[in-house]
Amino acid sequence: MAKNAWPSADRRKNIGARVSRLDGPVKVTGVAKYAYDVKRENMLYAKILQSSIAVGTLTEVDTSAAEKMPGVVAIIVQKDGQGNLPKISYAGDMVATVAAETEEIAMEALKRIKVSYEAGVPQMDDKDPSKASGRDQKKDQGLDDDNLSADEKLKQVFAAADTVSEGYYGLPIITHCSLEPHGQVTEFREGELYVWPSTQNVSGYANGLTRSTGLSADQIHVDCQYMGGGFGSKFSTDKWGEVGAQLSKQTGRPVKLMLERDQELTTAGHRPSAFANVKVGVKADGAITAMEVHAWGSGGQRRFRIPPTPYVFTKIPHYRTLGQSILTNRGLTRAWRGPNHPQAALITMSALADAAAALGMDELAFFKKNVGLTDRAEVYAEEMDVAAKLIGYREKAHLRGDKTPGPIKRGLGMSIHTWGGKGHNSTCAVTINPDGSAVGRMGTQDLGTGTRTVIAIVLADTLGLNVDEVRVEMGSNALPTSRASGGSSTVGGVSTSMRDASTNALNTLLDKVAPELGVPAEKLEAWGGRIQEVGKPSNSLAWKDACGLLGAMAITEQGANPTSDGTNLTTGGVGGCNIADVSVDIETGIVTMNEYVSVQDVGLVMDEKTAESQLYGGAIMGITYALFEEGIYDPTTGAMLNKDMEFYRLAGMGDIGTIKVHLMRGPKYEDRGVVGIGEPAVLSQGAAISNAVANAIGVRVPELPLTPDRVLDALSKGGVA
Amino acid sequence: MKTFEYASPNSLKDALGLLSDTWGETEILAGGTDLLTSIKQDVTAPRLVVSLKEVKGLSGIDSKGGNLSIGATTKLKDLIANEDVQKHFPGLVTAAKNIGSAQIINAGTVAGDLLQRPRCWYFRNGFGLFGMAGGKELVPDGDNRYHAIFGNGGKAKFVNPSSLAPLLIALGAGIDVQGPKKERSVKAADFFSTPKTESEREYALQANEIVTGISIPLSGKKNGIYEVRHRLGLDWPMVAAAVAFDESGGRIRNASVVLGHVAPTPWVAERATAVLNGQSRKAGAQAAGNAAAQGATPLSKNAYKVSQVKVAVRRAIEAV
Ligand SMILES: Cc1cc2nc3c(=O)[nH]c(=O)nc-3n(C[C@H](O)[C@H](O)[C@H](O)COP(=O)(O)OP(=O)(O)OC[C@H]3O[C@@H](n4cnc5c(N)ncnc54)[C@H](O)[C@@H]3O)c2cc1C
Repeated sequence: MAKNAWPSADRRKNIGARVSRLDGPVKVTGVAKYAYDVKRENMLYAKILQSSIAVGTLTEVDTSAAEKMPGVVAIIVQKDGQGNLPKISYAGDMVATVAAETEEIAMEALKRIKVSYEAGVPQMDDKDPSKASGRDQKKDQGLDDDNLSADEKLKQVFAAADTVSEGYYGLPIITHCSLEPHGQVTEFREGELYVWPSTQNVSGYANGLTRSTGLSADQIHVDCQYMGGGFGSKFSTDKWGEVGAQLSKQTGRPVKLMLERDQELTTAGHRPSAFANVKVGVKADGAITAMEVHAWGSGGQRRFRIPPTPYVFTKIPHYRTLGQSILTNRGLTRAWRGPNHPQAALITMSALADAAAALGMDELAFFKKNVGLTDRAEVYAEEMDVAAKLIGYREKAHLRGDKTPGPIKRGLGMSIHTWGGKGHNSTCAVTINPDGSAVGRMGTQDLGTGTRTVIAIVLADTLGLNVDEVRVEMGSNALPTSRASGGSSTVGGVSTSMRDASTNALNTLLDKVAPELGVPAEKLEAWGGRIQEVGKPSNSLAWKDACGLLGAMAITEQGANPTSDGTNLTTGGVGGCNIADVSVDIETGIVTMNEYVSVQDVGLVMDEKTAESQLYGGAIMGITYALFEEGIYDPTTGAMLNKDMEFYRLAGMGDIGTIKVHLMRGPKYEDRGVVGIGEPAVLSQGAAISNAVANAIGVRVPELPLTPDRVLDALSKGGVA
Repeated sequence: MKTFEYASPNSLKDALGLLSDTWGETEILAGGTDLLTSIKQDVTAPRLVVSLKEVKGLSGIDSKGGNLSIGATTKLKDLIANEDVQKHFPGLVTAAKNIGSAQIINAGTVAGDLLQRPRCWYFRNGFGLFGMAGGKELVPDGDNRYHAIFGNGGKAKFVNPSSLAPLLIALGAGIDVQGPKKERSVKAADFFSTPKTESEREYALQANEIVTGISIPLSGKKNGIYEVRHRLGLDWPMVAAAVAFDESGGRIRNASVVLGHVAPTPWVAERATAVLNGQSRKAGAQAAGNAAAQGATPLSKNAYKVSQVKVAVRRAIEAV
């Protein structure tokens, strides 16, 4: 009997190897069809009218002129739960949708809709904590004292520190800016709904459409084979999903409704801002004794939740955190890769690096000295050594402020981070056919990360086959259900359920083969395209011949995470260490990336290539939010000013420098089981790069992104210039 | 976007015949890298778009009569590849290359670069050239980090976006313009203007005129540019400086310093020019940089550009 456990290292053929992603060729040749590419016969094109005001009420939406336009087929005006025109809470809120014969007609019809508003005054300021509302979020650690109040105790622990450093740090709202915008194609056929959405949630997507369509979830058929990024913003059907389905129902025709780029930027997801005043108390030897964080920020109209500070160094003996939420008239917050962790990393790691600088201590030595204050001291210490070696820390490092002459100053900066990443709930089925073909089926999705490839790897390794000898079906809600892909939970979930199902299927096959090979099933294994007696390959059957014993009836077995037998193949909790090497032109304020090192623990590596690819991609996305990304809004009107790719800047290939990635491998790390890597890849860049800039120029640039204006402003107040 | 008609005449005469004398009714299409964006952003909603693609005789680079003539529809990529341009006007090559996007360089034209509309994000987001809402000017209290630091006393606070224009001015180039009746040549220095009303454009061109080419005197002047760029490609500079001068016996003469992306027009830095003439490069560069920045009137969020001007001018002179 095959065991429902990860194979020992000598029995991993594809697991942990460098397997190229299976959908690479169809993607680079354009064969892969995304929601955006779906074209149905007789399809209508729908376009959304957005509100031009940031706050207020719609008093009238007059669609009569638009309706009269030739080629306009249907118009839906947004209504709130009571059937009234909705309240507007940001510039870009959905007002109405037109479905027409062509995109151009739909666009022009939008201009003929007359909207009357009662506009209010938008609240756009997220930097002033006096604008906070709602309950304060407070957490104290180590401030209990029989004789002192917590406030007095806090004063006392700071008074006892040898050095107290204080700083202000912040990062603005950024958007998800998915390469493929949100949206879907919908089609009604024989009373049932077919949807091709761009979604992170294939199995759960239909639930969001039952109310608006009056259908039951089983009548809604969802198909998403490929999607162009979501980063946490594509879990739900959204208003445009509901409207698209309604338009299809109303017109009896397929409807394509995808957001335009400016709409993607204004409405399809924002990462909350965070700003903080931080105080750190340290002993002369570098030991951190106390920390106080007052953080505030805004998630639009959604409550800001304080980032988990102190981040990673959760065992700092005494600390207080206070969080305050500011409501602003910006688009809705959605989960953004590693929700709140990039903010927590920036706030914590910048403050700690500033404390090290105040002591005149090397940053790496300081982090190492305090590694015992984390949950994973040994892991972080090892990772710091690896990262230091990769970046050439010893040769390059200097204390804060590059003293070499000339306008170009170079510096190193680091950060460490953590994430969960345990596998989510997932079910799947594996079928082995009498002709030897094998297929794994599950209603999960591949966001472009390599999920499809990992599923195939697990199936292939369990059956002793090559990756190209098995087949994976996914991306449809007709398949066994799997959770939405969020929080790095996918790889652990799908690899567990697939290992479980394929082991069950194999065991059923082994039972059939056992009499033929004259040994009990427990003594058989699948390896190298054969079913063989363990330790005696001469007693074996080729895979196809073994499957031939099934006669007419294929095997189908189920698997799940959590597994039915209670075996645990996935775990959570990882650590990573990043170090950045930057140059700063102190005359122009331009920051240039030289090198970026990302070292990560991810448990059992399923595919080295796609895992590394996550670290590369994460580094690029992180460099982007460290140096460029920022939602910019007009304070008077609330309009987003950079809702285009010209001024919503993303790093290009020339801007990212050299990236080096390293996965912690070996039994100590990998025996823990599978852990996700999507979030850990992108948490530390803001902090590490900000620290590197401070190290280069001798002064902290308090806010991300580290743009020339901010760098020059910081330099005007101090530093090497 | 509003539906429009499209015409692709194959002679200059036919093209001119199609143009309205009112801005916005018709628009000229060259490479389209700016015009199409402008139409999609509703910056303009023409009834007719007149393409120059099939118009003969508008592209190509020639030297004649002591000038280098560059046809209006010459692609930026051909400007970069031209040996005469490389030899005489290395600064133009740098400026075009720095745009940093193969797609734009392959499609965009020289006249299109000069005539591209401002990138001001108020303008591009429906608040008009002066960034107005409800009778209020939004730019002064708004996000003006990329706006003008010179010539911003009136309503126009955007910056001229062209990377080629400053050096063309410094080199004393002329812009050839063909109207329905007459042909004229305008000095590049006089070609750009600051509109006083929303219905004006940012250059001395009538709506029914077509730019046919640019002539640059082959004066032998040394020239170069320096751009402060945040992102390496696919972006406009924050500040740029173009310089042209003669140099003999270690002294600079006949200097011209023109700034880009700092004012509603390319900005001739006269004080810098005065400081530079008669100096050695080494002594003059920093002094010219400081002089160029004098008189700046930064808005609430763009004082950093004043510092960048000093550096850009100095580095442009040093690098020539
Ligand atoms: C992301 C991005 C970054 C960029 N970065 C830079 C940069 O760093 N520096 C820079 O200078 N530019 C930059 N550009 C702008 C680019 O150079 C211009 O869009 C391009 O040069 C315009 O040329 P075109 O032929 O495509 O013009 P079109 O888009 O066809 O036309 C532009 C305008 O000029 C008018 N026009 C064109 N030709 C004529 C003519 N012969 N007579 C009269 N009117 C005419 C058109 O009517 C239109 O108003 C950038 C553009 C983008 C999208």
